[in-house]
Amino acid sequence: MRLPTKEKWVWLVPLIILILLWQFIAVYVVKKPEILPSVTAVIFSFYELRNYILPDILVSLLHFAMGMTSAFAVALPLAIAMGWYDTVFKAVDPIVELIRPIPPLAWVPLAIAWFSLTHFAAGFIIFIGAFFPILIASYTGFRDVPKVLVETGKVLGCIGNRKLIRYVAIPYALPSIATGTRVGMGVAWMCVVAAEMFGVSKYGLGCRIFTKFFPWHQMDYVVAYMLILGLVALCLDRVFRHFVEGKLFKWKKGIVK
Amino acid sequence: MNHKLELQHITKTYITEEGEMTALDGINLEVKPAEFLCIIGPSGCGKTTLLRMVAGLDHPTSGKIILDGKEVKCASPDRGMVFQEFSLFPWRTVLKNVEFGLEISGMKDKERQAIAEKYIALVGLEGFENHSPYELSGGMKPRVAIARAHATAPSNLLMDEPFGSVDAQTRNLLQEELLEIWARTKKTVLFVTHSVDEAVYLADRVAVMSARPGCLVKCLAVDIPRPRKRTSVEANEFREKLLGWLSLERSKACATL
Repeated sequence: MRLPTKEKWVWLVPLIILILLWQFIAVYVVKKPEILPSVTAVIFSFYELRNYILPDILVSLLHFAMGMTSAFAVALPLAIAMGWYDTVFKAVDPIVELIRPIPPLAWVPLAIAWFSLTHFAAGFIIFIGAFFPILIASYTGFRDVPKVLVETGKVLGCIGNRKLIRYVAIPYALPSIATGTRVGMGVAWMCVVAAEMFGVSKYGLGCRIFTKFFPWHQMDYVVAYMLILGLVALCLDRVFRHFVEGKLFKWKKGIVK
Repeated sequence: MNHKLELQHITKTYITEEGEMTALDGINLEVKPAEFLCIIGPSGCGKTTLLRMVAGLDHPTSGKIILDGKEVKCASPDRGMVFQEFSLFPWRTVLKNVEFGLEISGMKDKERQAIAEKYIALVGLEGFENHSPYELSGGMKPRVAIARAHATAPSNLLMDEPFGSVDAQTRNLLQEELLEIWARTKKTVLFVTHSVDEAVYLADRVAVMSARPGCLVKCLAVDIPRPRKRTSVEANEFREKLLGWLSLERSKACATL
């Protein structure tokens, strides 16, 4: 769908108003940069921090990737088992429901005890954050496979669970898996900051905010990094949607549209 | 080749809260090779259950289903099935749906595409190969299901009220097409329906079932030459005979309630 040019740029209006308001309040009302830095100060911070930004983003992405891939690799097989075999679901679900509500932050002491102050400790916290959204959405997808599609698979020659899972259940559950992964990515990115708070590495967006900027009350730098956190997540989400969802959800359009 | 199908004293009982419920009671039926047999009966008489047993998706409590001298134990692609809701795989295009059984059997890409295209042409869907199920009209979906059931070259075709959900005019057209396909492929067809008109128009023989417990009341050969005319005197006489049997069964069922 093509938006008329007028509506295409409509998002700029509140954005500009917000920026102007922020600048006005910071400069004329609050007047304390350690409480609310001005827009210009934040923009200038980007320039001042230009040598740190890229390495910090890359290290944070490394932590993110470690947590996400391991979460995906563990959650997906478990989701297949839980979604397809009811006995497995009944056996494992209580444990999952017990561990799931524990906030990823509560795992920090154990993470440091197990992995000491390494990238792996950060990766582990992010793993905890991403694991459950992926697991829950994926096994729901597998549990929802319509019986008649499974029977059609059987009649057409899918003998045994392996073929039924491969040819019927996985294709059916893929959109759910994608949704879970997307939600998991969001949670994982939130966990990046928490995971890096404790000095597991010298670089990283969260690490920089908490160990370098905050102790000196450099709020302009903090806000600049907050904006970077938002922008990177936005890009990750867009890339994911572009490459994954567009393809997977095509057949669902008829149902969702 | 002898593709004789025999149902020997099929009984099915379910355990319910009120005790044992007999769904099917001692059904004996023999289907000749290349015969078109319609099973008709009031709703809840177990005709679908009977068909599912022949497909191997359900199992009789006692009795045997013998196909080509072998007892039916599980589903197999030598019995094609068209489900009431067509059960097309929504993530596959028309072509990929028809190819499904061949893909499972490990046939090569080119080969299975050629076969699938042949059957897509047989049901008159050329040009729709790359459409997704959600893009198809109500009359096209059963055609895809029929093509898919034929693709694995089964000797038997099991159809569970396949035209129940399409509009009356499309249904007439689909019935004519099905007869043409049957005349060409000469498969044994077991066709479950609740429509007397459909049974009289399609069948070589009609098996009438009674409700609760479901048993076979009558097996009538439809001795009207093909091509049949829906409005001919013979067809009407036959219809009246069938309706008489069915209403007798209905009143018996009501009396026992």
